[in-house]
Amino acid sequence: MQSLLVVVVAASFSFVVLHVAPGDPVSDIADATGISANLKAQWRAQGGYDQPIGVQYVRWIANVARGRLGQSTSHQRPVIDVIGDRLPSTLLLMSLALAGSVLLGAALGAWQGARAGTRRDRALTFASLLLYSLPEFWFALLLLYVFALRLHVLPASGDVDAAMHDSMTGWQQLVDRARHLVLPWASLAVIGTAIFARYQRETMREVLREPFVRTARAKGLTESAVRRQAWRAAILPIVTLSGLFFPALLTGAVFVERVFGWPGMGTALLDAIRGRDYALVSACVIVGSAMTALGTLLADGVRMFVDPRLRNV
Amino acid sequence: MPAFPRVRDVGRDAQWRLPLAFVLVLVLIAVFAPLLAPQPPGIPENYDAIKNFPPSAAHPFGTDGFGRDVLSRVIHASRISLTLAFAAVSLALVLGTCYGSIAGLLGGAVDRWLMRLLDVALAIPRLLLLLAVTAFWGALPLSALVVLLGTTGWFDVARLVRGEVRALVQRDFMIAAQAVGASRLRLLVHHVLPHLVPVLVVSATLNVAGTIALEAGLSYLGLGVQPPDASWGNIINDGAGVIGAQWWLTLFPGLAIVAAVLACHALGDALRELIALDQVPA
Repeated sequence: MQSLLVVVVAASFSFVVLHVAPGDPVSDIADATGISANLKAQWRAQGGYDQPIGVQYVRWIANVARGRLGQSTSHQRPVIDVIGDRLPSTLLLMSLALAGSVLLGAALGAWQGARAGTRRDRALTFASLLLYSLPEFWFALLLLYVFALRLHVLPASGDVDAAMHDSMTGWQQLVDRARHLVLPWASLAVIGTAIFARYQRETMREVLREPFVRTARAKGLTESAVRRQAWRAAILPIVTLSGLFFPALLTGAVFVERVFGWPGMGTALLDAIRGRDYALVSACVIVGSAMTALGTLLADGVRMFVDPRLRNV
Repeated sequence: MPAFPRVRDVGRDAQWRLPLAFVLVLVLIAVFAPLLAPQPPGIPENYDAIKNFPPSAAHPFGTDGFGRDVLSRVIHASRISLTLAFAAVSLALVLGTCYGSIAGLLGGAVDRWLMRLLDVALAIPRLLLLLAVTAFWGALPLSALVVLLGTTGWFDVARLVRGEVRALVQRDFMIAAQAVGASRLRLLVHHVLPHLVPVLVVSATLNVAGTIALEAGLSYLGLGVQPPDASWGNIINDGAGVIGAQWWLTLFPGLAIVAAVLACHALGDALRELIALDQVPA
């Protein structure tokens, strides 16, 4: 329900922006080619651009619901096809980055939380604050410079080696893809790890103060067994955070895709902005919002699954 | 319940001192930028002879493709980047405080609907909103950028303020004030706003950090601060394409961003711990 509302609001926002923008799709095409005013009026009537704004709005929402997002002027094909091409690359990058951030961050944070206040914990806390303060695009540029341009150990851009990919065997192609993934993934995952570690450290500290932990210690359990129990309780908020982390991840992906020329939604959006391809821009806003809404929904579902207390409410 | 920290406690717990000093130094650099920068803004006359110099004693951060001293540009940029962030966050604080206190004071169905709307607004990634607007309006002047960053940055402030106000409304002094017939406006100005100050200070500090990073990102994409004005982000935009040859164009402005963002984060964290505000999200 909530997530549906998000998509509707995003679609409305892009409708408003589309209409505030100068011209309409007909004048975009026709002005360049010098077509007569008569024909333009006919096209407008066909496309419905001469109708009252309310009618246009309702039709826009209905079209969005059916996946009719218009024609991309820069790609010369339906917007939905462009998105179908680009979305998988972005989803691959984002889901691997999310997985890396959650696993590394939860492990690191729990380790720190159990040793809060020690010298090693303080050093790691500062390190994660530093990483958390890095702008994604700048961190990505640093990685690019060091690993691709100076050390030459990883490719600098794209998702495959454009010249060689087609002549590779299946196994080589897979390795090629993986090598192209490393730097964009690391740019997102290292910063994400810092975010999750900061959070997990706090929840771990809180859980360790709870009565059941004292009971476990009093029973004479070893410290590592106590920590295992505490960690199981401290992992829950991380699931919620993964949902909240989605907008930040998406933002990071836009920048990282740009730095590494990763052929995903982010580069599609930035190219569309440069090429004044309004239909594609608004579609990217809608799809991006839908993705974060789904991410939150998914996080809620997972939380329901791992926390039995939430199931029977 | 958050209250003003007692002076004694503030003195004893000094975690906030270093980051605060750091932030103040950055602000002073920005204020006195024209005096501190070795070179005035603008392209020097002999630019062809001094362009693309690597870092040296004369140009500690090197020079760019127009022969401009990068250290000077980074110093000039601190003015624009910090002013923009402070102005945008101030606007966001005002908007967020208004919205949050209205929701919190009125309560009931109004509160529920205002909060649901806020959840929706928070769910749409802010960068996408900003990109869509800049896409249609093209290069924005600085004032428009402030308005844009401010009007898209108040959602989390509003949620925070609303939570605080809901808690305040149930306290005895609020009930007493209502009992002696204080109007809603008087309640807001005399009883609610003073209690919001600690939360708002922490939230502002963390938001300044986020806004500096966001402006840098937009400017890096060429959609934020426009040349010839220097911002940390658009200096990196100049340098990103030639990072292999002129790495100093990317490295030094980036370090400035990290320093500013890190100082604000550290200050925000320390202040939050100081006034025990667990509810301010990181």
